[in-house]
Formats: sequence, C-alpha cells, structure tokens
Amino acid sequence: MSLATTSLLRRGAALSDTAEQLRVLRDHEGVSHLPQFATVLRQHGHAPLRARSLTTLQVNVGKMCNQACKHCHVDAGPDRQEIMTRPTMQNCLDAVDAAGFSVVDLTGGAPEMNPEFRWFVEELSRRGVQVIVRCNLTIIVANPKYHDLPQFFAAHGVHVVSSLPFYDASHTDRQRGGGVFDDSIRALRMLNEVGYGREGTGLIIDLVYNPLGALLPGPQASLEKEFKRNLMQHHGVEFNALHCITNMPISRFLEFLMNSGNYERYMATLVGAFNPSAVENVMCRDMISVGWDGKLFDCDFNQMLDLPVASSARHIADFTAEALMGRAIVIDRHCFGCTAGAGSSCGGQIA
Amino acid sequence: MRFISRLLPIFAPHTPHPTPHTSHLTPAMSYYEPTDLPKFGSISEYQPELAAKFFDWYGAVFAEGALTQREKSLIALAVAHAVQCPYCIDAYTTDSLQKGATEQMMMEAVHVAAAIRGGASMVHGVQMMNKVREVSM
Repeated sequence: MSLATTSLLRRGAALSDTAEQLRVLRDHEGVSHLPQFATVLRQHGHAPLRARSLTTLQVNVGKMCNQACKHCHVDAGPDRQEIMTRPTMQNCLDAVDAAGFSVVDLTGGAPEMNPEFRWFVEELSRRGVQVIVRCNLTIIVANPKYHDLPQFFAAHGVHVVSSLPFYDASHTDRQRGGGVFDDSIRALRMLNEVGYGREGTGLIIDLVYNPLGALLPGPQASLEKEFKRNLMQHHGVEFNALHCITNMPISRFLEFLMNSGNYERYMATLVGAFNPSAVENVMCRDMISVGWDGKLFDCDFNQMLDLPVASSARHIADFTAEALMGRAIVIDRHCFGCTAGAGSSCGGQIA
Repeated sequence: MRFISRLLPIFAPHTPHPTPHTSHLTPAMSYYEPTDLPKFGSISEYQPELAAKFFDWYGAVFAEGALTQREKSLIALAVAHAVQCPYCIDAYTTDSLQKGATEQMMMEAVHVAAAIRGGASMVHGVQMMNKVREVSM
C-alpha cells in the first residue's frame, strides 16, 4: 500500500495552522460575497443553534493512521504522534457513567493504532453502550497484530463504519492511496466471515461514500444500491448501509480546493444548496466530540479547526451534563457542509 | 433559487462572481458565459407562469422513476453533447459524477450521442442511393 499524500503538518504547509484555515473560511476574498452560516440560520429561524441531547460521545483517540488520504479533515497519517492516553479514556468512561450516553463513536486516525484501543472498547462494551468504530478497513490487514480485529469487533458487538469512496480500485486508490481498495476488500471479506454484513447476525458494517472531488454527494439510496450490486457481483462482499458524507472544507480537502482552483465554487455550491430541513438533525445537536488530549468540541470538524465548545466544561475531566446540555453550538462557514443538499453527518444524509 | 438548486443540478451555483450587467456583447464577453448558468432561474423574470411550469416539469423529469437518477443524468449528458450546449455539459458532467457515474460511463454516453449523430448522417446515404437509382440509367 502506498500513501496518497503526506500530512500538512509534516510538509509545514500554511494550512496546517488552524488559524490560517479559519482565515480562508472567513476572510478569503473569493468567499467574501457569501453569507455567514449564522446569518442564514437566523433567516430560517434556527438561530442560535442549540444542543438538544447528549446521545453520542464521539472520541477521537488519535491522529495516527496507516493511511494518508487526500481529503482527510484530520490531517492524519503515519507521521502523526498525537494519541489519547488511558487517563483521558478513563475520563471518557466517567462521562459515560455520569451522563448515560447511548452511543460512543470512536474515530481517529486509525483508532485501532492506539495501544489502549482494545482496553477502551472492552470497558465501553461492559457498560452496555453501543460502540461505533470508524475503521479504515486496511488497518485490519496492515499488520498480523490487527488480523483478529474482526473477531474482537464481533465479540463486543461493535458497529463498524468504514470509508470506501467507490466500488472500484482506481477511484478509491486515487483518494486513499495505492492498493487501498484491494486491502479494503480483503478486510471486508474477513469482516463478512465473522458475520458482519450478513443477515440475522446483528453485526453491522456500514460503508461511507464521499465524493472524489469538489462535488456534493449524490442520492444515498441509489448509490447504496450500486455499491451493493457491484461489491457483491465483482468481489462477493456484503455490507449493511451506505452513508453519504459531504467533504468538509477543512485541512487536506481545503488544501485540495485551494490548489485546484475549486475553493470559491465549492463554497458557493455548499451555500447555494443550504437545506433548512437538514438543520434540524445536524449531528452536533446530539453529541459531544472529545479530542485526543481530552478537549471538548461540538463535532469532529470543530475539533479539527480548534473551535472549542462554548461551555464552562472544556475538558472531558470537567464534564458535566448540565454544563453541556442546551449549549449554543459554535458555528462557522464550514457548517454549510453539513446542511448542503440532503445534509451530511457521520451517519450520512440527514434530510 | 436555493430551492431550485437543490432539485435541479443545472442550477448549482457555478461561480461566486456575478458578471456585471451589460446591455450588449463586449469584446471581453463571449456568447457562452459560465456565470450565466446559475442565472438560469432568472428567465422567470419575463414570464413567471411559464417558467414555473417549466421548472416544475424539469424537476419531475429528473426525479427517480422507472429510470434511475444516474441513468437520467447520463442521458442528459449525452443529449448535452448532441445539442452541444456548454451549460448542460458543465452541469451534467458534475451531476453524473455526483450520481456515482464513472468517467468510463460518461465517455460511453458521449459515444452514444456521437453514434446517433453520425448514424443520422449515414442512414441518409440510403436516401442518396435511392435518388442515384432514380435518376440513373
């Protein structure tokens, strides 16, 4: 497997600085004529946007990854060293005990590369919460020590959510790196073998589609049909559902937009496709996102832009439900990514 | 326009810079301006009732039906090449990709358009042959 790119941080790119990303989103001359997200929310009677529940605790256990995808909003990669430690995970477990989150959504990087990953999943599983792992698939075949991940996931009833931007190698590898598609298919077969994606097992593997460029995702239901037909026909693999996710103008996808001359047009497309009915179900309203160092955010995107939660509790060690329920969500121009067209969330379309 | 742009890919904003209004063609301006595509909805200014009917019908045409949205988008792409409409080529290239079409599918659609255009000329060869036989000894 070869890497699609290297991290912005490693390259010392200007956009590795979140302040520069926010400057581009807020003040770049090409988007100066576009409205602010807050203004559009007000026009549609949705301001201020407030949290309504603490259903999901999304935990980013680190930026380390065996892949370096071109569109990654985390700027993850093999060179990133930031990972969550066990004491911070313990803070997360305490928050689960205190607030009764029903879903804990583990993301990264490749979350499985955190040495405390299995301990954390076991502890969560023992508490009876639904554990989601955002698994990039290739990690399963990257090293013999990960080959038993499908059995481990199955033993704990983990809901596996995996990116696969297309059902063929050329499109997938262009975005995620050479050989990623073939390795992903091998991993999907291993997951199928232990029951994932098979009817009646209750073991769920969902795939995530995101467009291969400056485009909005197409209709989820019809893309899901195409993915299912093609993956079964050509590779004999099964999965449960396809989630369509819009690429966010953050980090490496923002770099692609800028370098390819698509930034202004893409932002105008997101703004032009604003869908008021998607606002109701944006994921930030029902979740808290925890960074590798324990800091709290409204979502993984705000985390990557270093926009902390507007609450007296800004670290998982200080978590209380009271401090975070009903809080005003921190918004900026990137939020148009979650409200464009059919909407977008970590669970796919929302409108 | 926002509502329309969700329904109809051809109205997706194409560029953030509106072209300054000019009443005549200047040397810097061509007959086809990419900035005109997102203004498609403005045709309603001169005839709102008919435009409303057209846009409603247009939206219904491209909804999922017996044909999938992707199939419809590829047909639109092929027709766009047959009628050589630059706006439609831009709009339905983007739309076909968004609907999950591959580059290979899209080029095959263009070949279908070209084959029908070419075939339409060639099949008239029969008419030519008929005429040759009519007037020849």
